[in-house]
Amino acid sequence: MLVVIGILIKILVVVGITQGAVAYMILLERKVAAYSQDRIGPNRCGSNLVLPGGFRLNLPFGLLQPIADGAKMILKEDVIPSYVEKPLYILAPAISIIAAMIGFAVIPFGPVGTQAPSGVNFQIAPGVDIGIVYVFAIGSLAVYGVILGGWASNNKYSFLGGLRSSAQLISYEIPLGMSILGMVLLAGSLDLNTIVNYQDGHGLWLTRWLGLPAWGVFVQPIGCLLFIISAFAETNRLPFDLPEAEQELVGGYHTEYSAMKFGMFFLGEYLHVITVSYLTVILFFGGWDAPFLNQIQSDWFSGLLKALVLLVKVGLMVFFMMWVRWTIPRFRYDQLMDLAWKALIPIALVNLVATAAIVELLRSSH
Amino acid sequence: MRADDPHLKRLTPPTLTISEKFFLPQIAAGLAVTAKHMFGVVFKDKAFTVQYPEQQEIQVGQPVNLRTSAVYRGVHRLNKDEQGRVKCVACMLCATACPAHCIDIVGATAPETWPDREKYCESFVIDELRCIYCGMCEEACPVEAIELTGLYDLTGLSREQMIFDKTKLLSVFDVTKEGEPMRFGQPPRPEITPPTALAAPDTTATNP
Ligand code: SF4
Ligand code: SF4
Repeated sequence: MLVVIGILIKILVVVGITQGAVAYMILLERKVAAYSQDRIGPNRCGSNLVLPGGFRLNLPFGLLQPIADGAKMILKEDVIPSYVEKPLYILAPAISIIAAMIGFAVIPFGPVGTQAPSGVNFQIAPGVDIGIVYVFAIGSLAVYGVILGGWASNNKYSFLGGLRSSAQLISYEIPLGMSILGMVLLAGSLDLNTIVNYQDGHGLWLTRWLGLPAWGVFVQPIGCLLFIISAFAETNRLPFDLPEAEQELVGGYHTEYSAMKFGMFFLGEYLHVITVSYLTVILFFGGWDAPFLNQIQSDWFSGLLKALVLLVKVGLMVFFMMWVRWTIPRFRYDQLMDLAWKALIPIALVNLVATAAIVELLRSSH
Repeated sequence: MRADDPHLKRLTPPTLTISEKFFLPQIAAGLAVTAKHMFGVVFKDKAFTVQYPEQQEIQVGQPVNLRTSAVYRGVHRLNKDEQGRVKCVACMLCATACPAHCIDIVGATAPETWPDREKYCESFVIDELRCIYCGMCEEACPVEAIELTGLYDLTGLSREQMIFDKTKLLSVFDVTKEGEPMRFGQPPRPEITPPTALAAPDTTATNP
């Protein structure tokens, strides 16, 4: 009973925090967009606020903008066009957000396993050995939201967006899955905790010789690159946002959606970004590993510190994704497919074979 | 045009170098560019943003700021001549030219004391909500009586407030005349030749 309550509380806290984080990510996104285009971005909401009692508040950077945006989303009129396939039309945004949220269930947002402080686990569903596989399986479910949304809208542009999305996600699942196998081989486990422990510890002779940590980005640079590229495609972010391509498809699959249904697609997409950023950091950037922390520390303080380190790294990753978005123009569709099938998949295969050979050599030399 | 026509110009797309084929160096260069811009805005205050309404490009009565185009077409004004009379002669050309049919003029015979014209406008109403700010009216006007100013912050709390009458249009002239002088001080028309000169044909001209 206590366990169930604990898990419920954990779910509430995590969902609440991630939804809030998504709202602020949208603010961050708008700020990054503005700054890279020599603008200022939202800066009114929260400035010159007069609270009841004559208390004045002056928040910088439009910090209350997400609240205004959220209120707008909820209060807007929800238009359901008469020509849509109603059940699927309503189901699609729900699928998209649910898939994004349950994908988050196995993501450790702090130290887990042996490194966790006793009695607490920074993970909604702890102890899932095949954590990564689960995340990928759920992540590819999210595409149903997009496809059904596109199809149920009964609109050419939405349909094209849905079609593009399905082809794109199928293509990029392959390099995405293969890019992590190198890391899995090195660490010898699919368990995220073991992978982080590996990055904390040994490493290959080359990285040891260069004095670098054994982070995935150093021991598996190609795998890391492939993973990040495929992750962009997986989350429908620019330069791979072809399913929504505003200029050609007037918004793509969510053209016919309004108010909170549109908001749910939006939330789903940003949650996906958070999930993918967590995965990237855990797999390739050492997770909660930092130079001043080691594996043995498992008290409360260092546990929280590790969670914070992870959070900062994830924040940087999210920022990087936004930075890329406002830098690179969109790929053409044939280029997108070429990139996946003619470049990423062969490179991923070569990388996988090479890693397997090296791991085997190292093992036999021991 | 045939395929082997000598005038045909053939273009080959530039071949990509190795580094360009990999995209990554190019992407890194692009990231550096956006990073520079972000740095500039955050630390060096280089944003182009104008904090409207605290900061306005055209302040009422101030010279037109160079960053706003001098040919911006905003709120109308009715120009006055040196004696402070409205210049409009109620010829209806602007109302005729107006594609949005938003000008309503009531003309009247000019007072005896105004010898230079037959008519003047008794009432002159422009519906600023229907106007599409095309500038046809100022082009049509033969006496440069109607002009579009650079004022762009046109707001009102009701539809009625946005229907500008003659008094209002003349007051727009008063607030903008310093910043935006009339484009033509006097109507650019030839001196009115007295009827007698018209009656007697010019003998120096060679008639065919
Ligand atoms: S600007 Fe164009 S639409 Fe407006 S009053 Fe003049 S002619 Fe009419
Ligand atoms: S503003 Fe000009 S064009 Fe319009 S009625 Fe007056 S004189 Fe004629």
